[in-house]
Amino acid sequence: MNRLLKNREILLTIIIALMIAGFSTRAPGFAEPGNLANIFNDTSILIILALGQMTVILTKSIDLSVAANLAFTGMAVAMTNAAYPDLPLALLIVMAIGIGAFLGAINGYLVWALRIPPIVVTLGTLTIYRGMAFVLSGGGWVNAHQMGPTFLNIPRMPVLGLPILSWIAILIVLGAWFVLNRLPFGRAAYASGGNPTAAIYAGIDIGWTKFLAFVVSGALAGLSGYLWVSRYAVAYVDIAAGFELDTVAACVIGGISIAGGIGSVAGAVLGALFLGVIKNALPVIGISPFAQMAISGIVIVLAVVFNARAERKAGRIILRDRGAREVSA
Amino acid sequence: MNGVTKIQDRSPQPAPTTEAMPILEMRGISQIFPGVKALDGVSIKLYPGQVTALIGENGAGKSTLVKILTGIYRPNEGEILIDGVPTTFASAQAAIDAGVTAIHQETVLFDELSVAENIFLGHAPRTRFGTIDWRKINSGAKALMLQLESEIDPTIRLRDLSIAQRHLVAIARALSVEARIVIMDEPTAALSRKEIDDLFRIVEGLKRRGKAILFISHKFDEVYEIAENFVVFRDGRAVGQGRLKQTPQDEIVRLMVGRDVKDVFPKVEVAIGAPVFRVENYCHPTEFRDISFELRRGEILGLYGLIGAGRSELCQSLFGVTRPSSGQLVLEGKPLDIRSSGDAIRAGIVYVPEERGRHGLALPMPIFQNMSLPSLGKTSRSGFLKAANELALARKYAERLDLRAAALSVPVGTLSGGNQQKVVIGKWLATQPKVIILDEPTKGIDIGSKAAVHAFIGELAAEGLSIVMVSSELPEILGMSDRVMVMREGLAAGMFEREALSAEALVRAATGNQ
Repeated sequence: MNRLLKNREILLTIIIALMIAGFSTRAPGFAEPGNLANIFNDTSILIILALGQMTVILTKSIDLSVAANLAFTGMAVAMTNAAYPDLPLALLIVMAIGIGAFLGAINGYLVWALRIPPIVVTLGTLTIYRGMAFVLSGGGWVNAHQMGPTFLNIPRMPVLGLPILSWIAILIVLGAWFVLNRLPFGRAAYASGGNPTAAIYAGIDIGWTKFLAFVVSGALAGLSGYLWVSRYAVAYVDIAAGFELDTVAACVIGGISIAGGIGSVAGAVLGALFLGVIKNALPVIGISPFAQMAISGIVIVLAVVFNARAERKAGRIILRDRGAREVSA
Repeated sequence: MNGVTKIQDRSPQPAPTTEAMPILEMRGISQIFPGVKALDGVSIKLYPGQVTALIGENGAGKSTLVKILTGIYRPNEGEILIDGVPTTFASAQAAIDAGVTAIHQETVLFDELSVAENIFLGHAPRTRFGTIDWRKINSGAKALMLQLESEIDPTIRLRDLSIAQRHLVAIARALSVEARIVIMDEPTAALSRKEIDDLFRIVEGLKRRGKAILFISHKFDEVYEIAENFVVFRDGRAVGQGRLKQTPQDEIVRLMVGRDVKDVFPKVEVAIGAPVFRVENYCHPTEFRDISFELRRGEILGLYGLIGAGRSELCQSLFGVTRPSSGQLVLEGKPLDIRSSGDAIRAGIVYVPEERGRHGLALPMPIFQNMSLPSLGKTSRSGFLKAANELALARKYAERLDLRAAALSVPVGTLSGGNQQKVVIGKWLATQPKVIILDEPTKGIDIGSKAAVHAFIGELAAEGLSIVMVSSELPEILGMSDRVMVMREGLAAGMFEREALSAEALVRAATGNQ
């Protein structure tokens, strides 16, 4: 039992289960499969974005531009759909992923070639991408009646009891697991965050690895742009404002180390689900909307404190090694 | 280690009989770190108005001693007496309050602050309202600089000063806190001859004011010029001390090196084969120049020199981490073009770096993933990672190196230093190299692991690998090498065949002492 509790993913699963059980005592029906499926569907976009964010964080970087990327891409595909209703949806999705990947590549290039710290780069591009969405739309909205029925309905269509949106998230989860655990790129991402110098010595190009991580994060943000616009049936400049922080929070709660090199796909998914459960539960159990933000903030801080303690325990031997190194210096 | 005791029995000389009472005395100081005894029962005395030179190889414990005296480490055993009164330095501030100041190799000052601010940082004079009294700071700084015969404007920023001028600022700072004990840690390393002369004039001035000075240096000519007393450290022990005037230089070299090497390192005799690897006129813009050598099959080439001689920089450049400005590498008759460490690994040249924590291992990653990292091309199949192949590779080298770990899937960070070093070596062996460069392969690991690593290096040579071994430990260099190249200040200072190897010759070449 003790060993199980030391595994962060299992611990997080237990906490989420306890939370669901607790909420269902206040709100009957909260724990029913239908509602849980709804929560998962609601959290799908966060899961997708958190996996992109995780890939970037593993390489010791951060991508604060994901939500702005999502807003720009969402606006672009919504306007394209409104202007050319006959374009097939598949083409629009490819377009969304392509635009997102391109915006991610800009981040990656600046980090890689110009060696600007990722937080500075993406803080800048966050504003630029939002601004571009404004320029593109002229500040206007794209509303539900301007979008085609296929564009709006495909993600909601149920398949085997779950909407396609949920299935897309599940596919991305499996894909992320495969990329990070079965492709050399994944190993390179872990290594360049875990110890950049050792990675260079092992023949890994960390600049290129970071670039690819930003492209992955951008591509997933682009895909999420379409999913978001279709789900909420509206596109305007400010959609998903501040959502980049939710993606970072999901990663941190899921045990992805901000210092890079540590984290698992299951952790990121559970971190996102943790946030999803709280966001869905607070209104249902009758907490005032004014208090909701503050409460979810407190929960996030608690999760981070908890994680920091766990990391410190694991780090003891590393610290000792540092002490020994100082002697020889 | 039996060779050590043999010499030690006859080497310690009676401490200098001076009438004056020492300002500072250390008695039986020991500092123990996990796996390393950095200082072992060291006793020294510092007298007012005298310079005591602290001499020893790299890693002999000099820096640890400085850190104890400046309150950064607290020794496990022993006591420090100031004016005969036992004192403990609970913090760096406590050491300063007790009158101890250190001037470090790279002076620890603030580039962006002015000279005056640097001098008075932490003890700035205040006005009666409690704000900083700038007028007093600047005039005080000017007065201190004038005492040091320097005209440096106290308002200019430190980053605009030369290294020699920064040393002056550090000394002025020491004067401003009325330090009575001044530690100078290789203060002349980056100075020109003229700047050294200026510095020595100031040191003479400090002596006249009755300061006790601990002067750490590798350079014998300087030591004889400025110091009255000496202490020689070896392996964390004070193996000799006395008056310099009565001690010939050869005696100090002998104390520094002092052990019978052949007992400790039984050299495996290996038939040395044909030339494998050649370095021709390798140059780097700033770190080294005109390095040429040849390496044969089964040969161990020792690379000796003091810290900062350019050895690690040379090795990193051979491995493609940094680019040389000119020069050529030839492996098995074919010229190499190495642009990155990846190229070097593919060509069959690998580098086991000195700082395994910083350069060698991703501590959060499992053992087997660390081991397979440079070999992923071999263990993957059609672009996909194969965990089974990685584990098999890791198991093979873990067995060979006698790696002790609960499982190959545990993070490397949970292993002991010696086992971590085995993971690093295993990782590079798994790439099946032709040339392996070992940078300080036994630094910071315990004696038992050391012997295992030495035996293993011998085995590698016997298998036909060509080895470059960088080491600052003379016994290791003398015991293991077939040939030794000595570097000094970025240049090759000598190449010694095994028959011509002697500790004295190597130290002379490395220190430039004739």
